[in-house]
Amino acid sequence: MGSELLIKNGRVIDPANDIDKKCDILIADGKIATIGSVNKTVQKVIDAEGKLVTPGLIDIHVHFREPGDEEEETIASGSIAAVAAGFTSVVCMPNTNPVIECETDIEYIHRKARQTRKTHVYTMGAITRGLQGVELAEMGFMAEAGAVGFTDDGRGVQDPAVMLRALKYASMFDVFIAQHCQDDAIAGNGVMNSGYYSTILGLPGLDPLAEEAMLWRDIQLLKKTNISYHAQHISTAGAVELIRQAKKDSLPITCEVTPHHLLLTEECCAEYDTNYKVNPPLRSDKDVEALKQAVAEGLVDALATDHAPHLQSEKELEFLTAPFGIASLECALALYIKALLEPGILDWPGLIRLMTENPAKIIGVDKGTLGTGRQADVTIIDPQAEYKIDVNTFYSKSRNCPYHGWKVKGRVEKTIVGGEIRFERNI
Amino acid sequence: MLGLRQLSAEEISHILDTAKGFEQVSTRSVKKAPPLRGRVVVNLFFEDSTRTRNSFSLAASRLSADIVEFTKKLSSVSKGETLLDTAKNLEAMGIDIVVLRHSAGGAASFLSRNINACVINAGDGFCEHPTQGLLDVYTIRKIKGTLEGLKIAIVGDIAHSRVARSDMWAMTKLGAEVIFVGPPTLMPTEVGRLPVKVSYSLDDVIEKVDVINMLRIQFERLGGNPFPSIREYSHYFGLTVERMKKAKPDILVMHPGPINRGLEMESEVADGRNSVILEQVTNGLAVRMAVLFLVNQAAAQSR
Repeated sequence: MGSELLIKNGRVIDPANDIDKKCDILIADGKIATIGSVNKTVQKVIDAEGKLVTPGLIDIHVHFREPGDEEEETIASGSIAAVAAGFTSVVCMPNTNPVIECETDIEYIHRKARQTRKTHVYTMGAITRGLQGVELAEMGFMAEAGAVGFTDDGRGVQDPAVMLRALKYASMFDVFIAQHCQDDAIAGNGVMNSGYYSTILGLPGLDPLAEEAMLWRDIQLLKKTNISYHAQHISTAGAVELIRQAKKDSLPITCEVTPHHLLLTEECCAEYDTNYKVNPPLRSDKDVEALKQAVAEGLVDALATDHAPHLQSEKELEFLTAPFGIASLECALALYIKALLEPGILDWPGLIRLMTENPAKIIGVDKGTLGTGRQADVTIIDPQAEYKIDVNTFYSKSRNCPYHGWKVKGRVEKTIVGGEIRFERNI
Repeated sequence: MLGLRQLSAEEISHILDTAKGFEQVSTRSVKKAPPLRGRVVVNLFFEDSTRTRNSFSLAASRLSADIVEFTKKLSSVSKGETLLDTAKNLEAMGIDIVVLRHSAGGAASFLSRNINACVINAGDGFCEHPTQGLLDVYTIRKIKGTLEGLKIAIVGDIAHSRVARSDMWAMTKLGAEVIFVGPPTLMPTEVGRLPVKVSYSLDDVIEKVDVINMLRIQFERLGGNPFPSIREYSHYFGLTVERMKKAKPDILVMHPGPINRGLEMESEVADGRNSVILEQVTNGLAVRMAVLFLVNQAAAQSR
């Protein structure tokens, strides 16, 4: 490339290197060249006075729906949405149609991402063929093709023997196993949290126990194996307690929390608005408090959106039949600020750590820091910008976002991937 | 008209008072009144129903409305059309009131937010069945004079019952004390937060109550195996002649129908002197006329 880019006078926050100071960043040949005071004349200069300059944000849980449901989202539209939201890396879930379950599927995702050239797109592969929970998918070949880990997300692996086999088998590769913790026998046909609201709304409930029973089981399996395990989108106070104990026991376990489980409760479903239908479901106040407490204690390793785009026509159905999912990729940062920064649960470096260094470690990629010599993935944030979330401005193809109209503070201004400015907000 | 949870005691009483006025229409030689003339009512029933459907049809025709009967099996729904599209297409034909029966809780609420026609909930999943709740309190009020201070047991599959929920809202708002009776496996989640008492023993409750409403065991809604056998269920929760001996002599025995004779209730009790099951059906007509009338009136005012 041979080009240089200088970001001047920003507040540089790089938790991995314990940096939080006003300084400059020089990017050369797509890599971080210098952090500090740079008195060099370069052609391209970004004045970041009053802005935050952080490692490129990472979202380890998105659904870009390709292949199969391109009307909802594509790798191209999702990638554009990602950079507009400051994400320089995302991890796609394999529950597409067909399921991502062999090496050519992995290569397909990577090819589509290359053609788009926006954000880095990583993908996970399925643990079991067709997400059926019966036969293992070709995890070795997929890992070689670049799958960062494996999950049957959308559902949990029900059979404990299959799960134990998956954990054992995958441990010979440099990957992690993630689980959407949900015991289907307990979950039944639930569509919202099981409790007072499901009772008065006359909707079948999803008992928190469904999540906790599978998480508890997996923790026992983890004691018999040697592989990193990641609990996806935990949502209950009981799950927090299980994670707390497992971490105390030094098990190789990590977990993520979504913005909706930090900001919304089951009460939101009271008007049957299907934009609040999500799995795991929105829980009680008590659960939200427990999740925030878990973040405060450092038990939560990463923030992840579980961006799940759906067509309006699919969401315009009865609550019972509409699909699960909230599309929140494009407002994620503002939501985390509202949930965690504004109430003082995290400071800026703490928040950025959960969106950069930690998720990079979970998926095992050399990203999420501004260390010199690293690929220059950088996000520039205006922490003062106040505005209303407007789904009509989204680059994502879907609008199933319950935060439309919310007043928020903090917005991504520029997103740099590999030294190239891939997104710039027109002010 | 989506549910009784959202209504106040005054509003419920107003509907009951209006129903009283309509009762005599059915006893006249010309069983017709004109208030809905020129209005189109569609019976949009996605679940099987005998009583409610016919009752609404008859109520609408007695008020001189035109009626469109919609049947799931003979419609485009069997070709995959969504509820909203079906309703919007009917609306495009110029209907005024939709009477909706649907298996999804909140279906009526969902529809009312998305179409301009008035929506009357004729049962949505296990959320509410407001006209059933109204006709139940109407029947009790007619015989007992008031609901204030009455003790009422609702027995059976509370968890999957929209009738239990609508009854609970209406009865408690009108001052009655409601006791849910059934096995713990058929109680809804967090039942303790509802304005009712809970008992697992019909024998404990039977002698104390003024009214007993026996719910139908809905085999089509029961998931899994919430009780070991019908025989065991009937033993603990069936309303038998033997159990009735312990009841107050003037207890009202109610059932929303259809009855599983010999299961939740012995035939002799269902047809016995305390049974008001057929009065419920008769009163249902007047109550549904009142609901159609008031909904139409409200729509005319907002037009």
